[in-house]
Amino acid sequence: MANSMAQVKQVITQAEAHMAKKPLKGVVGIFSEPESLKRAAAQIRDKQVKEFDAFTPFPVHGIEEAMGLKRSFLPWVTFISGLIGCAAGLGLQIWTSAVDWPLNVGGKPFVSLPAFIPITFECTVLFAGLATAGALIAVCKLPNMNPDILHPDLTNDKFALFVSAEDPSYRETEFSDLLKRAGAIDVRTL
Amino acid sequence: MSTPEIILRNAAQLVKEPLIDPKKKYADVNNDVCAPLERLPNFAWWKAFGIANVCLLIGLTAMGLTIGTGIGQWGLNRTVGWAFDITNFVFWIGIGHAGTLISAILFLFRQKWRTSINRSAEAMTIFAVMTAGLFPLIHVGRQWMAFWLFPYPNQRDLWVNFRSPLLWDVFAVSTYFTISLVFWYIGLIPDIASVRDRAKNKIRKLIYGILSLGWTGSARAWNHYETAYMLLAGLSTPLVLSVHSIVSFDFAVSILPGWHTTIFPPYFVAGAIFSGFAMVVTLLVIARKVLGLESYIRLVHLENMNKIIMLTGMMVGYAYATEFFTAWYSANEYERFVFINRAFGPYGWSYWTMVTCNVLIPQLFWFKKIRRSLSIMFVISIFVNIGMWFERFVIIVTSLHRDFLPSSWSMYKPSIVEVGILIGSFGMFFTLFLLFCRVLPTIAMSEVKGVMHGEQHGTGEAGHHASGGAHG
Repeated sequence: MANSMAQVKQVITQAEAHMAKKPLKGVVGIFSEPESLKRAAAQIRDKQVKEFDAFTPFPVHGIEEAMGLKRSFLPWVTFISGLIGCAAGLGLQIWTSAVDWPLNVGGKPFVSLPAFIPITFECTVLFAGLATAGALIAVCKLPNMNPDILHPDLTNDKFALFVSAEDPSYRETEFSDLLKRAGAIDVRTL
Repeated sequence: MSTPEIILRNAAQLVKEPLIDPKKKYADVNNDVCAPLERLPNFAWWKAFGIANVCLLIGLTAMGLTIGTGIGQWGLNRTVGWAFDITNFVFWIGIGHAGTLISAILFLFRQKWRTSINRSAEAMTIFAVMTAGLFPLIHVGRQWMAFWLFPYPNQRDLWVNFRSPLLWDVFAVSTYFTISLVFWYIGLIPDIASVRDRAKNKIRKLIYGILSLGWTGSARAWNHYETAYMLLAGLSTPLVLSVHSIVSFDFAVSILPGWHTTIFPPYFVAGAIFSGFAMVVTLLVIARKVLGLESYIRLVHLENMNKIIMLTGMMVGYAYATEFFTAWYSANEYERFVFINRAFGPYGWSYWTMVTCNVLIPQLFWFKKIRRSLSIMFVISIFVNIGMWFERFVIIVTSLHRDFLPSSWSMYKPSIVEVGILIGSFGMFFTLFLLFCRVLPTIAMSEVKGVMHGEQHGTGEAGHHASGGAHG
C-alpha cells in the first residue's frame, strides 16, 4: 500500500516536472508607444533574429512587416472547412431525402435542389466559422493556463519586444543597447 | 465676415468629429471601461435588475402555464394559428440583426465608429436570439420533443423535411446564434485579458484568466487574430442577411395572400436592421450614462445610428408602399382584399400604428438637432420598437384572420398568458444585458485604442491635440 502511494507520488512529480514550463530567457524592452516598438522590431529582424515577439494591447498596424511575419494561413482553413460544410449540408439533405428514405412530399422531386440551398448555405457558414475560430485558438497556442506575462500593462498601455536567448544570433548586450536606443523606457534581462 | 474667416470656418467643417474624447489616453480606456466591473453595482442597477427579474418571473409563470396545460392557454384559433408568439419571435430575431450589422458589415466597410458600440450591440444580438429562440420552442406544443427538429438517426428511421422553411429556420437561427457567440467571444478575448491583468483579487484573476484563454497580446497571435476576425466578419455578413431572409420565407413560401410576396426577404432584412438599431440606441442612451462612458459612446455614434434608422425606416416605408402597389397591379382580388383589409379592416388601427411609428416618426431625424438630442432619440427609438413589433403583428394576423372563405373568418385577441410571455421576454433580455454590463467590458477596449487619435503619438503626451480627429 505504502509502496503504491510512493509510486503515485513519483508519477505526479514526474508529470509536474514535465508540465512545468521552461522559464523564459532573453531580453525584453518595454515601450510606451507603438512607433518605437516598430523601429526596434525592424532592427531586430534585420539582425536575422527569428525567436522574438512583440506584445501589444491592440493590433499595431505595420508590426507584421517590421517583424517580418508572413500572412496568416487561416483563410485556407476557412475556405476548406466551408467547402466541407457545403458538401456535408447538401449531402445530408440529398442522402436523407432521396437515398435513405425517399418520401414524396407534396409531389416535389426527391432532390429538391432550390429548397436545399438555405440549409446548405447555413452549414457552409457554420463549419467555416467554427473551424476558423478553432484554428485561431490552436495557432495562438491557446488555451494556455499559465501564460508568461512580461508586464501587467501589456494589455493596457505598454508595448514590449522580447528576444529569446534561444535564438542562435542572440547577443545580450547588443540587443539591450539596441532596445534602449530605439526608445524603450525599460530594458530587462530575464 | 472677412474672407480668411470664411475659409477657416469651412476648413473647420472638414475636420471630422473625434470618435473618442481627445483628452483620453490608452490607460484611461481600461480604467473607464473596467470601472463598472470592479465596483459594487449602484442602486439604479439593482432597481433595473429587480424590475427585469420581476418581468422574467411573470414570463416564467406564463410559460409554465403554457407548458403545463398546452397552447390552448393562448388566444389562437382555427383561422389565426400564428399570432403573438411568432410576432415575438420575428421581433426578437430582428433586434439581433443590428448587432451583427455593426460588428460585421460596418467592420468590412471600415467604419471606425463601430468600435465604441460593437461589443454591447453584439451582446444584444446574442441575448435577443436567445430570447427569440424561446418562442418557437414553446410553440411546438410538446416542448420535450423539440429535439425532433434536428436531423438525427432515430429508431423510426424518419428524417426531417428539408423542404420546409420552418426547418430552414432551425438551421438559420442556430447557426446565427453559434457564429454570433463565437465572433463575440473572439472579440472579447483580448479585453478579458486586460481585465485579468488588472485584477487585484486572486479568484477574479483566475476566472478572467480562464476566460481569456491565456491571451498575452503577442504580435504573432494578433497577426492571426486580425485575419480570423476579418474572416468571421465576412462569414457573418451573408449569414445575417440569410437569417432574416429565411425567417421571411416562413411566410413568403406559403401561398397565403399578404405573405406570398417576393419582396419579403429584403423587406424583412431592412426592418430587422431598423428595429435593431432602435434597440441599440435605446440601450446605449441609458448605458453610456449609467456606466459613465460618455467619452467613448459619443453623440457622433448615436447620430450615425440615427441616420441608419432613418434610412432603413424609409426602406421599410418603401416596402409597405410596394406591397400595396403590387396588390393593386396584380389584379388578384384576394391579394387586393388582404391589403385593403389590412389598412381599413378591423385591425386597421395596428396598421396605422405601424406606419406612424416606422415611416413618419423617424423622418424627424432629418434635423441634426433631433439626431443629436438624447431625449428625443430615446423616445423615437421606443416608437420604432413599438412600430416594428406591430409590423410583424400586422403581417401575421391581418393576413390570417380573413382568408379565402368568409365562413372561416375570425378575430384574434391575445390571452393574458401570451402577454405574460411577451413581458417575460423583455425581462429575460434585460436581465441578461444587465448581467453582461456587470461582468464583461462593455466597450471593445483593444479596438477603441486602435482608433484613438493618439495611435501615432503613443500614450498621449506631446503633439496629438493638434491632429485631433483627423485619424478618426
